[in-house]
Amino acid sequence: MSAPVPKSPVLEVRGLKTHFFTRGGVVKAVDGVDFSVARGRVLGLVGESGSGKTVTGLSLIGLIDPPGRVVEGSVRLGGQELIGLAPDALRRVRGRRIAMIFQDPMMTLNPVLKVGTQLSMALRAHEAVSADAVRRRSTAALGRVGLPSPEACLDAYPHQLSGGMRQRVAIAIAMLHRPDVIVADEPTTALDVSIQGQILHEMQSLAAETGVALVWITHDLAVVSSLAHDIAVMYAGRIVEYGAADEVLSAPRHPYTRGLLESVPGEAAPGSELLQIPGSIPALVDLPPGCAFRARCRRADGSCETMPEIVADGAGRTLRCHHPLEAA
Amino acid sequence: MLGFLIQRILQAVVVMLAISALVFVGVFAVGNPIDVLISPDVTQQIRLDTIARYGFDQPLWKQYLAFLDRLVRADFGRSFVFNMPVLDLILSRLPATLELTLAAVLGATLLGVPLGMYAGYKPDSLVSKAIMGLSILGFSVPTFWIGLILILVFAVNLGWLPAGGRGATVPILGVEWSFLTAEGLKHLLLPALTLSLFRLALMIRLARAGMREAILSDYVKFARAQGLSEGKVIGGHVLKNISIPIVTVFGLEFGATLAFAVVTETIFSWPGLGKLIIDSIQSLDRPVMVAYLMLVAFLFIMINFLVDIAYAALDPRLRTGRA
Ligand SMILES: Nc1ncnc2c1ncn2[C@@H]1O[C@H](COP(=O)(O)OP(=O)(O)OP(=O)(O)O)[C@@H](O)[C@H]1O
Ligand code: SF4
Ligand SMILES: [Mg+2]
Repeated sequence: MSAPVPKSPVLEVRGLKTHFFTRGGVVKAVDGVDFSVARGRVLGLVGESGSGKTVTGLSLIGLIDPPGRVVEGSVRLGGQELIGLAPDALRRVRGRRIAMIFQDPMMTLNPVLKVGTQLSMALRAHEAVSADAVRRRSTAALGRVGLPSPEACLDAYPHQLSGGMRQRVAIAIAMLHRPDVIVADEPTTALDVSIQGQILHEMQSLAAETGVALVWITHDLAVVSSLAHDIAVMYAGRIVEYGAADEVLSAPRHPYTRGLLESVPGEAAPGSELLQIPGSIPALVDLPPGCAFRARCRRADGSCETMPEIVADGAGRTLRCHHPLEAA
Repeated sequence: MLGFLIQRILQAVVVMLAISALVFVGVFAVGNPIDVLISPDVTQQIRLDTIARYGFDQPLWKQYLAFLDRLVRADFGRSFVFNMPVLDLILSRLPATLELTLAAVLGATLLGVPLGMYAGYKPDSLVSKAIMGLSILGFSVPTFWIGLILILVFAVNLGWLPAGGRGATVPILGVEWSFLTAEGLKHLLLPALTLSLFRLALMIRLARAGMREAILSDYVKFARAQGLSEGKVIGGHVLKNISIPIVTVFGLEFGATLAFAVVTETIFSWPGLGKLIIDSIQSLDRPVMVAYLMLVAFLFIMINFLVDIAYAALDPRLRTGRA
């Protein structure tokens, strides 16, 4: 199992399993996820709604609330194991060495606190800083993410800013302590396409400049293709295909990845009928054994009733399928 | 903000006018006030003189205008029963009620909000279930019953606390207060407790609901993702958010408790406004009733006004676009 990453990774996830112990049964939201990201690189984590992307992200920063729990696996950040770390030690890692931003910029900032107050709290969560320094560093942080008048922004309340500006503020907060990794959970999904483009562009240059590694969660393949170096396709709590972004997107080998690509309007030939993956993602409680994609897969046969292992194809890609498509 | 203030003051004037009309009709135009003023066997002459003196022979609208005129000059006349200016009478009783109400509502808030926040933060813990049990109790048991039970237990059986009255008072700026002496506090405790149980239940519910909602919100998730300690997440982020409904309810409950302390004051013979108004209704002491009703309306409006200002101070979304 070789990771398709050239440099030594700053974030390494191995065999991660996060389950929710609900009254209706055990929800295996994440059930064996492996990937790694190197400094300055962007990993796109894609998959349908409910495939476990957000739960994966929250597991990385140790924010899974009961009834959920990381039951197995390892998350190493710069060599340090995060799973099983004491709550306070984990808190000191969170925000300082690994940060996370969320989908809805309307909701992620506290509506009743000034932007400056929120930056100041985030800064002081990890450093004792004088009021002067707080203001100076907050202004600089807002300037770095392309906000036009950072000083005025500090005194604004979130509702006085546009959606794009709010998300930039959230990014500025995430960047405050120069973390090694930022997990971005669909941060541009709620924004206009043009704003989305600007923010993607800025994140890309921030990653290149500062060396922060990005885990970019999205269900939008267009976003991934423009941003990510590597791509991990998730289905029903597992990664089913993982490799360099351009290769996976141009020559998918897993039937599910292929289905995803065929259902993207821009990717299909003009005029041709858009293909849909039939059916929907199965409930993650009491999942039957075997490949979870079986019921929706055209290539399925008897052998698919046992769960395929994730294997490397020798060309820098890993796959979880008994009958993968031919390599290009 | 200035526009907002002017708008609210105009509103207040209109509301006060409407209430004055209601009070006037309710108190002066219904029944015959003269019968309570003089004994039925005085001469016809004295009867007519009295009617003329109080203006009862005038047409209703003239009486109303005269009534308004007196209201504006804060001249509420003399109490028929106490034979002293009503304003002085009311003002001498107001501190007792204010004190009782403030003790009850403030106590309920200072205790109820942390309890409710805890119950919302750890909904499944045993302590939280006990807190919610307390709140159900506070909602379902009637005030007079609580008052009687408290008297029975603490005054009659245990003899720890007095059953009624206000105890020794200390004057500050010419106003008498009980809470400054140990004995006064002892007298205050039971009626304040009686009055506060419902408010306590309310504050617990409110704080718990606010906490439940906040704890699942994205801004709390994001605050935690920044590595803020739970203390900072709650104290720095959640508290200010949930204080908005709490301040509102605090104000409304303060007004309502002030006006409806009647039952508790009666049970504990607390010499406040509530007891005064019950006595006045029994003796048909109209000037006192009028002054009481107008005062309560005025206090309600003032409290609402203050709540609005506090609201605007707490919630920035209300301030912009209107200022
Ligand atoms: N607190 C929870 N309790 C029980 N199940 C949960 C909980 N949180 C998430 N899940 C389950 O975990 C699964 C994965 O959810 P997740 O939010 O990670 O999906 P996602 O890939 O991020 O989807 P989306 O694109 O809609 O954001 C879902 O089936 C969801 O029902
Ligand atoms: S393992 Fe079988 S069912 Fe699953 S994706 Fe591959 S071919 Fe389809
Ligand atoms: Mg999600």
